[in-house]
Amino acid sequence: MSTRAAELRANWRIYGRMLALLRTHPRQTWGALACVALSTAFGLTTPWLLAWVVDTGVRGGNRRGLVLAALAILITSMLRGMFAYGQGYLSQAVSQLVAYDLRASVYAHLQGLSFAYHDQSETGQLMSRMTVDIEGIRNFIVLGLLRAVLTVVTFGAITVILFLLDPWLALITLTCVPLLAVLSIGVARRLRPLWRDVQEETGALGTVMQESLAGVRVVKAFAREDHEIEKFDRKNREVRKLSLDAMRMSAWNQPLMVLVLNVVTVAVLWVGGLGVIGHRLSLGTLVAVTQYAGLLAAPVRTFGFMVTWFTRGLSSGVRIFEVLDTPAAIVDAPDAVELANTGGRVRFEAVGFAYDAGGPVLEGIEIDALPGQVVALLGATGSGKSTILNLLPRFYDATSGRITVDGLDVRAVTLATLRRSVGLVLQDVFLFNATLRENIAYGVEGAGEERIMAAARAARVHEFAERLPDGYDTMVGERGVTLSGGQRQRVAIARTLLRDPRILVLDDATSSVDMETEYLIQQALESLMRGRTTFVVASRLRTIKGADQILMLDRGRIVERGNHATLLARGGHYARLYDLQLREQEEFEQQSLTGVGRAG
Amino acid sequence: MSVASLAERRRSGNVARRNLLAGLDEDETYSFDRALIRGFGPYIRPFRRPALASAALMVLYTAANLANPYLIGLAIDRFIARGDGTGLGLICGALLAVNVVTWQAQYWQVWTMSWAGQQMLYRLSGDMFAHLQRLSLGFYDRTEIGRVMSRLQSDVAVLETMLSSGLLSILGSLIALVGIVAIMLALNVWLALVSFAVLPVMFVIAAFWQRHAQLSFRRTRAAISIVNSTLQENISGMRVIQSLAREGRNRAEFEELNGHNRDTNLDASRISALILPLVEVVAAVAIALVVIVGGIQVSQGTLQVGVLVAFTLYINRFFDPIRDLSQQYTQLQRAGVAAERIFQILGLRVEVTDRPGAPELPPIRGTVEFRHVDFGYDPGVPVLRDLDLRIEAGQACAIVGPTGAGKSTIAGLLQRFYDVQGGAVLIDGVDVREVTQRSLRGQIGVVLQEPFLFTGSVRDNIRYGRLAASDAEVEDAARAVGAHELIARLPEGYETAIRERGGNLSVGQRQLISFARALLADPRVLILDEATASIDTLTELLVQQGLRRLLSGRTALVIAHRLSTIKTADLIVVLQRGQIAEQGTHAELLAHGGAYAELYAMGFRHAAG
Repeated sequence: MSTRAAELRANWRIYGRMLALLRTHPRQTWGALACVALSTAFGLTTPWLLAWVVDTGVRGGNRRGLVLAALAILITSMLRGMFAYGQGYLSQAVSQLVAYDLRASVYAHLQGLSFAYHDQSETGQLMSRMTVDIEGIRNFIVLGLLRAVLTVVTFGAITVILFLLDPWLALITLTCVPLLAVLSIGVARRLRPLWRDVQEETGALGTVMQESLAGVRVVKAFAREDHEIEKFDRKNREVRKLSLDAMRMSAWNQPLMVLVLNVVTVAVLWVGGLGVIGHRLSLGTLVAVTQYAGLLAAPVRTFGFMVTWFTRGLSSGVRIFEVLDTPAAIVDAPDAVELANTGGRVRFEAVGFAYDAGGPVLEGIEIDALPGQVVALLGATGSGKSTILNLLPRFYDATSGRITVDGLDVRAVTLATLRRSVGLVLQDVFLFNATLRENIAYGVEGAGEERIMAAARAARVHEFAERLPDGYDTMVGERGVTLSGGQRQRVAIARTLLRDPRILVLDDATSSVDMETEYLIQQALESLMRGRTTFVVASRLRTIKGADQILMLDRGRIVERGNHATLLARGGHYARLYDLQLREQEEFEQQSLTGVGRAG
Repeated sequence: MSVASLAERRRSGNVARRNLLAGLDEDETYSFDRALIRGFGPYIRPFRRPALASAALMVLYTAANLANPYLIGLAIDRFIARGDGTGLGLICGALLAVNVVTWQAQYWQVWTMSWAGQQMLYRLSGDMFAHLQRLSLGFYDRTEIGRVMSRLQSDVAVLETMLSSGLLSILGSLIALVGIVAIMLALNVWLALVSFAVLPVMFVIAAFWQRHAQLSFRRTRAAISIVNSTLQENISGMRVIQSLAREGRNRAEFEELNGHNRDTNLDASRISALILPLVEVVAAVAIALVVIVGGIQVSQGTLQVGVLVAFTLYINRFFDPIRDLSQQYTQLQRAGVAAERIFQILGLRVEVTDRPGAPELPPIRGTVEFRHVDFGYDPGVPVLRDLDLRIEAGQACAIVGPTGAGKSTIAGLLQRFYDVQGGAVLIDGVDVREVTQRSLRGQIGVVLQEPFLFTGSVRDNIRYGRLAASDAEVEDAARAVGAHELIARLPEGYETAIRERGGNLSVGQRQLISFARALLADPRVLILDEATASIDTLTELLVQQGLRRLLSGRTALVIAHRLSTIKTADLIVVLQRGQIAEQGTHAELLAHGGAYAELYAMGFRHAAG
């Protein structure tokens, strides 16, 4: 019971926060509310005028009165129309403004969240929050909240009028209110889990689709088309069943509510009719009462939708606020200073790191890299190599110890200047939907053509750029021309070269490229590393041998350090690795030299 | 950069794409055509009866619904005005009965329609998915999965809305309109004609509004799609943005697009909010006219008060369906576009099909032969030219060559993912086009460079190789490729759930699982696109051992990157520009001093930990 109470409280809090979103647009919000009230008020005059027509104009044979009544109807309708327009426009406007605010603030918030967050969230998930859930909140405002206001105003005004016209008939009419309330709440309670299931199963169906389309090569290679079709069919059936259940419930409920109202109207007609017969009531009043009761039909008919939008709005609100409530773990310190892009001495002092849940990833890491030195990191998957790379530009913060650049703690300088000084080339290169030139210049605002070309040449982008249909103006990225892995890597190198950082962090692991590309990448990397302090997760023997420091990592600790010669002499981990893997590379290189000699 | 130019650029970025589905996705204009209606035929036909029943119920519902004001008018004129209490009771009873009928009719009508709609959608999406499964790989080479997904999801959802509520409301509005016109005419011809006098105005207004509203809605859709694609890009590229410290600029850019979307929507709301007040005023004009004309008639004694009251009630109801129809028109058009997109998928030709009556490929020994093969994905651009290649059963053949030489194409042709344009691909002397695809691919195993795993348990993933395999067989296969220890160490062993695309496993682990999967299928011919992604040394050793087990005794076609694989191959084929430059063993080719020796000298890549 207490958990349900807590859940209820939490739900109300979400509704409260969604309401608070309106606070930034008071003019539109109050305008919309005023228009709701006024258009309802003017709408309610028509039955009253009709009653007047029946009682005085027609019965009294007063032609002038008739024309006046007609004019009055026309004028009030026009006024009502005007305010209905205001209501329609302003409620849409409010919702659009809120959607805009939400999109902007969620986006800005996502930008501030660290890698730790983005590692764990899938793009699809975040996108669905930015699209489906923002739309859910928007619809909650227009179709849920404002419509609820409209309903309450309509019901309230009609109640007052009915009491003024005839208290007894008013009471009869109002018996429908508790009945309708009970019905809606009951339905909402049963429909909500059902819709949630429908949404979940639809999501699961989406995953099945996505997966078997993305893995179509595997499906076809194993001739498993029928298996996939069957898998899809099972989920599809489930979705159908759940949707039908939900639809059946709504189909039953909505007409039932209308029935309740209509039964009440019949009761009014009967009791009122008897009243007229007994001369306790004027005919005009009865006409007016039935008309007013009829006006309740429209809001009652939309009750079901309103309830739906309230529940959908709630779940969307939960998901949106979840994102917005995630604290940005890595932000500038209040007194952060700017880091100059000079020097380049990097020190790791007793650095330890652990993810929120889980054991230590790094322990007691000590590194002292002098300006211009190359530090090669070696170790098995999960030994913590990439974590070291990510700590330097502060994509994560060390949990213990500290990292300094030119004597300054990375947490004491601004993120912008820190990342300005630390260039990054990751294994998985992401290109934006922009031209090749814009992708190279992505990290530098207003870079001149000459500098861009120089970077492109040094990174060996030039070799393939000229063969592209529009040269450097060719669109690349997701929706553009697909570049090969090797080409992407070189674009990333050019991108970093252009920024000219003092410190480099790079993942030297290579994707599948042919030999010529490999050679070009090698060259591009070398021109990138020249004169910069470099941290590299290395796999190329050449890089490793040329490194000033080689650090062997094992389960988050540095187990060996030195350069190629000293480590080989020690006969430890590095020597073993060398025997297993690197020696073959070396022999191969020598052999190929003799091979050439023989061939030549 | 201005919003317009950003938008323009994004759009123009799509023009040059070879993407199959891109064209229509951007194009919202659409008009119904016969082919579309015909496409729907097979889906509608089985549901003729429920559809008819629903329509009949709708007529009943509308009639009962419309009887309400009539009966109320009757009650006033016949009974209340004449002081007939019993009659009033009777007519109230009748009203009650009518309302119960309305209720039931509406429920059954909505339910049958939703039921039929859901069944139809179920079939449609099932057929779509099945068709997608049968489409040749050529389609997937040219199409972004995202676009296909959008058709499977968004377009089906649009149709669903149309079928479950839109169609009902259109039909309901039409029936209601006809019913109301009939009743009004029956009640009083003159008053009816007076009310209809405003109709031409109404239609002009509705048509005018419709056109403008549609235009502005189209603009809003374009605006939001730009916002969303930008978002998608920014979220997936967030790491790069953060590492380049470009947050500020991207945010400004996004805010601009976001603002553009907001403004477009505000414009659209300005237009869409117009229809309600316009209808309202026109209806008020009609009511005012009726009050004057009717009032005069009543005072002259030619009309009863009740009729006048009922009339005003009908006028209000009369304009509702007109308004609904003008709003539904846009929906109908959207559904038309969605339907066309769906049928476009269903209409895509399956390029590689089984010959009618094609026999199964009998169990093979595994001799592979390419005989004068010509092939190009784009017929104008040949990838393979007059290629001759013979791999004896049990031999391992390594194919080497630069990117774009046609290595993967050879593998694709062997599995008949594409059909050759000249020559033939033969297995044990049988042309692959002469046998069923299923029996062919069932005997060829594939290990891809990037192992693709499905969500599900590790066990399910290995069993994908042979669905009927027992648990013991699954584990044996894992053991044979050296994956067992690794799997046993996973949190729940073989039952460990694999996340989307195997995200919770390392590349090496995924690789080994895919080996086990291929081994379980026990194919005579194995195609191996050798992985070159870096994995750590220990896993690398495991993978190498697994590979050896997997290859032993099978005909293997290896797209090779590792020197160790190449050196031990029975046959090395050097591919250059779609032709075989050289073939032979490592020693032979090196001695020959040709292309291979040259490649060798330039340095084969070697991926080490």
